[in-house]
Amino acid sequence: MNKLKHIFLFAFLLMGLSSWTQGAGEVEMADSMYQSGKIYVVVTVLAIIFVGILVYLIMLDRKIRKIEKELKNKE
Amino acid sequence: MKQNWWKILGAVLVLYSIISGFIFPVPAQAILHETIRNLYFHVPMWFSMMTILGVSAVYSIKYLSNSKFDNDIVAAQAANVGMLLGILGLTTGSMWARYTWGAWWVADVKLNGVAVSMLIYLAYFILRGSIDEEQKRARISAVYNIFAFVLYIVFIMVLPRLNDSLHPGNGGNPGFNKYDLDSTMRTVFYPAVLGWILIAVWVMTLRIRTERLKRKTLFNE
Repeated sequence: MNKLKHIFLFAFLLMGLSSWTQGAGEVEMADSMYQSGKIYVVVTVLAIIFVGILVYLIMLDRKIRKIEKELKNKE
Repeated sequence: MKQNWWKILGAVLVLYSIISGFIFPVPAQAILHETIRNLYFHVPMWFSMMTILGVSAVYSIKYLSNSKFDNDIVAAQAANVGMLLGILGLTTGSMWARYTWGAWWVADVKLNGVAVSMLIYLAYFILRGSIDEEQKRARISAVYNIFAFVLYIVFIMVLPRLNDSLHPGNGGNPGFNKYDLDSTMRTVFYPAVLGWILIAVWVMTLRIRTERLKRKTLFNE
């Protein structure tokens, strides 16, 4: 019984996945880009840039906090 | 760390929107094609700009009601970050327009309205720079800032809806159903908007804290 449940679950997942990957067909989209997998290169590049900006912001935040603390100790 | 949770949330949400914004499927639309994904990046700029300029206007009202100088700092720095977001929104929109409408700039109500309101805010900074006396500068620029925010809302939200516009979400009453958002797009778009607003607020607080430090050191010396 338990095995049957798992098979059903797997089948449902597959059905969902196949409908998810289906394109509309008429309008040309970048489907081939996904097949070649190269879109992930762009995604990674953008993610790296954003993470870089985040790290920069965090460092700026820390620097400002340090000065704030120093000024507080002086008072 | 405890009071920084919203910064982490903003970072995670934007990172999620960058990754899923490229990978999740989008509805196939003529003309738009894959540029429909710009929605996840171009539109949040305007949402965050409206939020940040709203903060600026609120603090200008606060300044006028209690004359606390800190409110003037917040209002000015918020307007500054708002301009950054506006410039990013305009350039990305121009880029998008070039490849969907066929021109970098179209004489459209929405676009011209945004351009005019950017000029109005530019005048806010010129006004601030032209007054040396601190209290006078804070008071006059607070009054001007409230005026600028009202005009901004009229130019970007009201007038485009009264006219026909190429820009989506204008002409008549735009509900969210008009954005051609399907349920997958919503799962990326809403987190992206919230994430970018949080990041913008973060940058704003950095500017505000720097300005406060500057004033503190100037007073001590």
